[in-house]
Amino acid sequence: MLSRTAESLYWTGRYMERADFLARILEAAVRLAALPARDGAAATAWASAIASAGVSGAFAASARTPNEKSVREYLAFAPDNMSSIKACITSARTNARSVRTALTIELWEAINGAYNGLAELGEPTRRDDFVRYLEFVKGVSLAFEGASSRTMLRNDAYWFLRLGGAIERADNTARLLDVKYHLLLPAGERVGGQLDYFQWTTLLREVSALTAYRWVYRESVRPWLVADLLVLNRQMPRSLASCQGMIVSYLDKLATDYGRRGPAQRIASARLTQFNETNIEDIFQSGLHEYILTFLSENNGLASAIHDQYLV
Amino acid sequence: MRIRIDHETRYGYARAARFIVQSLRLTPRSTEGQQVRDWRIETDVDTRLRRSEDAFGNIVHTLYTERPTDSLMVRVTGEVATVNTGGVLKGTPERLSPLVFLRSTPLTQADADMRAFAAEIGEGQPLDRLHRLMGAINESVAFMVGSTTVDHTAAEAFAQKQGVCQDHAQIFIACARRMGIPARYVSGHLHRSDGVINQDAAHAWAEGWVEDLGWIGFDPANGICPTEHYVRVATGLDALGSSPIRGTSYGGGRETMTVALRVRQMQQNQQQQQRQGWS
Amino acid sequence: MSGTTGSGTVRKSYRTLARWLESAPPDLLQSRSRQAELFFRRMGVTFAVYGDVESNERLIPFDVVPRIIGAAEWNELERGLKQRVSAINAFLKDIYGAQECIKAGIVPADLIFTNPHYRPEMQGRRPPGDIWTHISGVDLVRTGEDGFLVLEDNVRTPSGVSYMLENREMMMRLFPDLFAEHRIRPVETYTDMLLASLRASAPAHAGSDPKLVVLTPGPFNSAYYEHSFLADKLGVELVEGGDLFVNDDIVFMRTTEGPQRVDVIYRRIDDEFLDPLTFRPDSAVGIPGLMSAYMAGNVTLSNAVGTGVADDKAVYTYMPDIIRFFSGGDPILGNVPTWRCREPEALKEVLSKLDQLVVKEVGGSGGYGMLVGPASTKAEIEDFRAKLIADPDDFIAQPTLALSTAPTLDSGGGLSPRHVDLRPFVLSSPRGVQVAPGGLTRVALKPGSLVVNSSQGGGTKDTWVLDD
Repeated sequence: MLSRTAESLYWTGRYMERADFLARILEAAVRLAALPARDGAAATAWASAIASAGVSGAFAASARTPNEKSVREYLAFAPDNMSSIKACITSARTNARSVRTALTIELWEAINGAYNGLAELGEPTRRDDFVRYLEFVKGVSLAFEGASSRTMLRNDAYWFLRLGGAIERADNTARLLDVKYHLLLPAGERVGGQLDYFQWTTLLREVSALTAYRWVYRESVRPWLVADLLVLNRQMPRSLASCQGMIVSYLDKLATDYGRRGPAQRIASARLTQFNETNIEDIFQSGLHEYILTFLSENNGLASAIHDQYLV
Repeated sequence: MRIRIDHETRYGYARAARFIVQSLRLTPRSTEGQQVRDWRIETDVDTRLRRSEDAFGNIVHTLYTERPTDSLMVRVTGEVATVNTGGVLKGTPERLSPLVFLRSTPLTQADADMRAFAAEIGEGQPLDRLHRLMGAINESVAFMVGSTTVDHTAAEAFAQKQGVCQDHAQIFIACARRMGIPARYVSGHLHRSDGVINQDAAHAWAEGWVEDLGWIGFDPANGICPTEHYVRVATGLDALGSSPIRGTSYGGGRETMTVALRVRQMQQNQQQQQRQGWS
Repeated sequence: MSGTTGSGTVRKSYRTLARWLESAPPDLLQSRSRQAELFFRRMGVTFAVYGDVESNERLIPFDVVPRIIGAAEWNELERGLKQRVSAINAFLKDIYGAQECIKAGIVPADLIFTNPHYRPEMQGRRPPGDIWTHISGVDLVRTGEDGFLVLEDNVRTPSGVSYMLENREMMMRLFPDLFAEHRIRPVETYTDMLLASLRASAPAHAGSDPKLVVLTPGPFNSAYYEHSFLADKLGVELVEGGDLFVNDDIVFMRTTEGPQRVDVIYRRIDDEFLDPLTFRPDSAVGIPGLMSAYMAGNVTLSNAVGTGVADDKAVYTYMPDIIRFFSGGDPILGNVPTWRCREPEALKEVLSKLDQLVVKEVGGSGGYGMLVGPASTKAEIEDFRAKLIADPDDFIAQPTLALSTAPTLDSGGGLSPRHVDLRPFVLSSPRGVQVAPGGLTRVALKPGSLVVNSSQGGGTKDTWVLDD
């Protein structure tokens, strides 16, 4: 397969995943901001949304202050944000269009439908319209996943598409968790207090894991258990360990198809082994934040190894 | 005259260039007027050089780098023994019809002013007309370092009435072709009789085609025909076609280039000293 | 129906169709035409796989009435095409080689050497197998009963073959019964022929399994759809300049399994954009070093570099003499009579009847820089007269042609005569010259119009070559 084709598929996967993530962050922020709490809780919720999206620098540089209007607009469709929901869907479509022959009609229609649907929805300002907008985006990613898993041949085209999604998802989950730990709780709020509790449940909701949490732990929501769920639990499809497992399996499929393993496979396998040997107590001992920073940088390292090995 | 040339071109890349491809027209060939001795091309990173000859008779090396690099140095050194042929070129392989050199290129298009200028040269024997053309350009276009860039067309340089040797040569070519005389661009080196050895850039002049005589060199920047002080390296339809290095890089980003050129005469006694030194 | 001979009888090749139509319900053609539109729209989804959904490219009107050419007539046409394309190949080999035809005074030297499509870089070079124009499209018009005349040769990167193939597929869906009543030669074999032809033209080193690619300038090119269509049918990669690179004078393709050597490039990029180190330095769609690899004999470019010198409008006028010179016989296919304005006598004649002639700029294409005398105002004609006098070398002139017509579905649901031309596709390889039995028929859909260009109300038809 042409490297350019693989690259477009990989980025289609990444952008679609990211659009979904942004929609989930915004949904959580809307919910948190609506919570009756001390002054500043709402503002903190919006600032955290920006931080989770990893665009704090660009946001600040754009001379905006974080509030409901500015953050919603910035993360969803601001023309000066190159990684807004709209920009991600547009980039996904541009990438997909350049490799149309490698996609099934169903998959193309899911992506193109997302693009056309967003154009029709415009830039809603009313809160209920905006929530519908976010629901549409989440629906789009389900359609995308469904179309790819139900219609695509299981060959390198499919593996690259999924690989992009898995790399992006790992990055997103890690960032989400980190923001909750370090930014979210406004000054004066008690750890373990009502707001703290609400924030944790919202975080779980954000990644569609509130019910899963109760099934797995049968306990009220506790930070270290949430971290355990999102970092180490292999049953949880968004956990870092799950993402890592998916990355390894897609890279293995590629290695089998091509009959050759390379640096990307070696790096990915080594990281997966680390997951198997780690427990949540160790992670907290040495600091969750530090753990996540390391994870993010290794994830980036793996992404560039994939890039060097296949996409240039 | 024995002329020693040391021509170094350095490229710097903003990001490491994964891969560089260059087309080098840096190697002179022997003619009746010049005999090339121990000519070498060296680079400071691992490269592959493929030698070929283009349809214009130039010796071309295609350079490929092997590994990512953020800089590249290409150095040519060598010695050429020259004699004065009065500007007449002999002993080159000429594969192309002289008529090919009547076509204009984007860099050598004559605009209305240049056409009027060419018309003033008048009629007569082609050789006389070319001499008159060289004189007229030498008088009316001032030599001014920095007044133009390599991308300037003949017409742009002519309009501002100043330029460097590349512009003089291209104006000459554009006008000569307009006058119905085939003309071509020559890149090469000039040994300066004022004793200056370090030069900022290589030299350039032109050649015009005269039936029965063949190609004759004209250096409108200096107003003379090439002598034994000239080393002819490459020729083409214009400056672009005969440029010493044309290249691209993959992923290198912005590129900077610096040239260091030394052209000097090897004295008889120097050569003897060297020989003694070797023995 | 039309498709008639001058005397009003139905041309023999159309008799079966005429009978069939007589017994068919009156609105049959209209309903099939609507069906075709539906099919195309639905396939539009499929087609859109290749191009941009928003582009209207595929919406070129399709006429459901086939253009039918009888076997005897086609055989003669095919002989003529083979003769002409073989001569063009020999001409190119000669121009870039010994230049005998110039020495013999067949074509003027200045016409060749000052021609912008003559590539000095190719002088003294021989492409693998001595094949220059692997793929040729020859534009033909019928101006009377006695066969076809050549309007234009296309030996750079001729396009339109995808329409030939798709129109046939559409017709087979729409009129399976009509196909059963005719013996129509298949055009579907074109891509197999092309594949075999390109493989046979590979450099010697490539062995029995040369690696082929189709090179496109990218999705923004107006013919991108055809590029991807052909790559798909050939079963090879569709690459852009950035997908290829040259190292050590060898062309490689960037793939997920590492660099893969490329042996044959069916390029749909003009010469000037192929290699920024040799041609236009601002080309963003080319491959740096490609010409070095080509000169080293390590890759086949199809068509070869420099073929444009043979399909230039000025060189066209010499084609009958060129054919005589290289084939030793008279041309089977004639040229449309043409005045070379570079010749004083011809210029005089042209200037005397500008209002009746079509005058074309030698280097122009796509209808630009052209005067259609009968359709122009006095002022336009006088403007053009001045241009012509200033630079006579730049122009040729032709009579306004009485193009033949073919029966075409009109807006009222009946059949009316409409003017048509024909572009068959000719493949050359070291194994010989082949013609696909059919071609692209373009039709001027407006009554009386001579303009078949799709941008100006032209459409296409399927072209049937009968087998008996």
